[in-house]
Amino acid sequence: MARITLSNLAHSYVPQPKSEADYALKQMDHVWDDGGAYALLGASGCGKTTLLNIISGLVHPSQGRVLFGDADVTHAPTAARNIAQVFQFPVVYDTMTVRENLAFPLRNRGMDPAYIAARVSQIAAMIGMEATLDRKARGLTADAKQKISLGRGMVRQDVNAILFDEPLTVIDPHMKWELRTQLKLLHREFGHTMIYVTHDQTEALTFADKVVVLHEGRVVQMGTPQYLFDTPEHTFVGYFIGSPGMNLLDADIQGTVAQTAAGPVPLGAAYAPPQGRTQIGIRPEYVTMSASEGLPARVLRIEDVGRHRIIRADVAGTHISVIVPEGQPVGAQLTHVRFDPAHINVYANDWRVKGTR
Amino acid sequence: MDKTQNNRAWFLVLPVLVLVAFSAVIPLMTVVNYAFNDTFGQNQFFWNGLGWFEDMLQSERMHGAFGRQVLFSAIILAIEVPLGIYIALNMPKSGFWSSFCLVLMALPLLIPFNVVGTIWQIFGRVDIGLLGHSLAALGIDYNYTNDPLDAWLTIIAMDVWHWTSLVALLCYAGLQSIPQAYYQAARIDQASRWSIFRYIELPKMAGVLLIAVLLRFMDSFMIYTEPFVLTGGGPGNSTTFLSIDLVKMAVGQFDLGPAAAFSLMYFLVILLVSWVFYTVMTTLDKQEGK
Repeated sequence: MARITLSNLAHSYVPQPKSEADYALKQMDHVWDDGGAYALLGASGCGKTTLLNIISGLVHPSQGRVLFGDADVTHAPTAARNIAQVFQFPVVYDTMTVRENLAFPLRNRGMDPAYIAARVSQIAAMIGMEATLDRKARGLTADAKQKISLGRGMVRQDVNAILFDEPLTVIDPHMKWELRTQLKLLHREFGHTMIYVTHDQTEALTFADKVVVLHEGRVVQMGTPQYLFDTPEHTFVGYFIGSPGMNLLDADIQGTVAQTAAGPVPLGAAYAPPQGRTQIGIRPEYVTMSASEGLPARVLRIEDVGRHRIIRADVAGTHISVIVPEGQPVGAQLTHVRFDPAHINVYANDWRVKGTR
Repeated sequence: MDKTQNNRAWFLVLPVLVLVAFSAVIPLMTVVNYAFNDTFGQNQFFWNGLGWFEDMLQSERMHGAFGRQVLFSAIILAIEVPLGIYIALNMPKSGFWSSFCLVLMALPLLIPFNVVGTIWQIFGRVDIGLLGHSLAALGIDYNYTNDPLDAWLTIIAMDVWHWTSLVALLCYAGLQSIPQAYYQAARIDQASRWSIFRYIELPKMAGVLLIAVLLRFMDSFMIYTEPFVLTGGGPGNSTTFLSIDLVKMAVGQFDLGPAAAFSLMYFLVILLVSWVFYTVMTTLDKQEGK
């Protein structure tokens, strides 16, 4: 187990990168604490898997260093890093039984057979495959194979970190939840550093202590789920986390008031005039419908998602989502939207601007 | 799905039956005819029952040829299969050198059998051949026309040169179909090079390897042209394999009866061995899947 430091790291799949656009991963400096549970969240193709493969040594970075604890492992081969990784699609050793598959990483390390047997049955219980231990892995279903892959990832107790690359893609929903709970339990019990790549925010938010949001090869924000929810540093974080995502309105910032196309919006703080394209962002949770207060809005449609309703409204050409809690009546008299000033964030060129009280 | 039964559809098979009959079955029947009869010419045949078969089964000469044949097939399989796998594992996986290697490897396969024999026949000659002359110059007593061991070594070298490519190319195709994720997982699991071969590469190659072994067995068991051109079965009878002996008997000595009986048994042996081999391999495969 070790702290993972990414120092000055960047990676390009082009041999001679010319501009920043050639980089799959833009330069980054990060420290991942020993024993932390991290989720790497981002859209497809944003560099999540590249970052993971750099940590495990399957890809060597074009620049920068990777450190485990104090040891520089930038050029160390994968096998020397003692790291576990579970891939998106199942990889099993066809000719081996389930038991042999699970024991394989331990055997390769020359562990004591008695220890291997004990550890394998422990893991088998964890992934719920005790009954099929002696079957060949070849004939199993995709999700059984993926459970074996997961088991193989967890079987070594002394690994520096366990990396998961969207491991639950092929698992069916009820098992997904079960396995996620198991992973969480495992993390609490053994304190491995775990990095979990996903594009599913629910998965990220339930699994991780800290969520790292990647956007176009750049880490845009790293923090606790709550912090990411309340104060998205980048409009992408606001849009990507939350369901539905954060509302964004183009606005002119003048001190404590934002001038939008639909009218003025009071802000919770004062802002110096920001540069570039300025927007205000507000979560649908903090928007309320009213009869006269706030900006005029036209309701487009109402979606009932069970626990609450989502109103999609048009505010001077921009679509706004509003979350209406259960029990609150919705009627035709609601023609305005009101934003809670304390939860409005201001963005200049997509990055959050800090206000002064 | 409901299918209408119409037995007249069998007539559609007729053209193929006629074709096969004329090209294979009827000529084979001539052989069968010779195998069970004795003849003194003028198309007069006398029934001989299993006489020729009994003669052949007890013939020292045939036992010798059969033994040499089995030994030859065993040796070349033992060399070509591991060597082919080894070459395939070490070939470049992509880019210019991969194509270059593929073309280079395919070349021996494109050379006609009798030309292969001639190439090695000249190559090995002590007076003008590059190989033979060089060996002689190094002080090694090498002469494939006199020494049975040298003759064997030359024939084996020739077959390895000619056919290892086939095994290598088939294995290479098998290896290319393995997704990268397997190698990545193996690196994560800290598998040794041997484990990667044993648990990833070999299982994925098993299918093509089965075909390679089957093809090489059948071809080597029927080998005729190359050793015939190279050594003519000599020195003495030391490289006289089954097919060479068969031709000597049938065309050289005009012993058509024994030759026919023998060739039928020869045919059945190949059929039997191939069938057993294939069945064993496929059932092993099925059991593993359970």
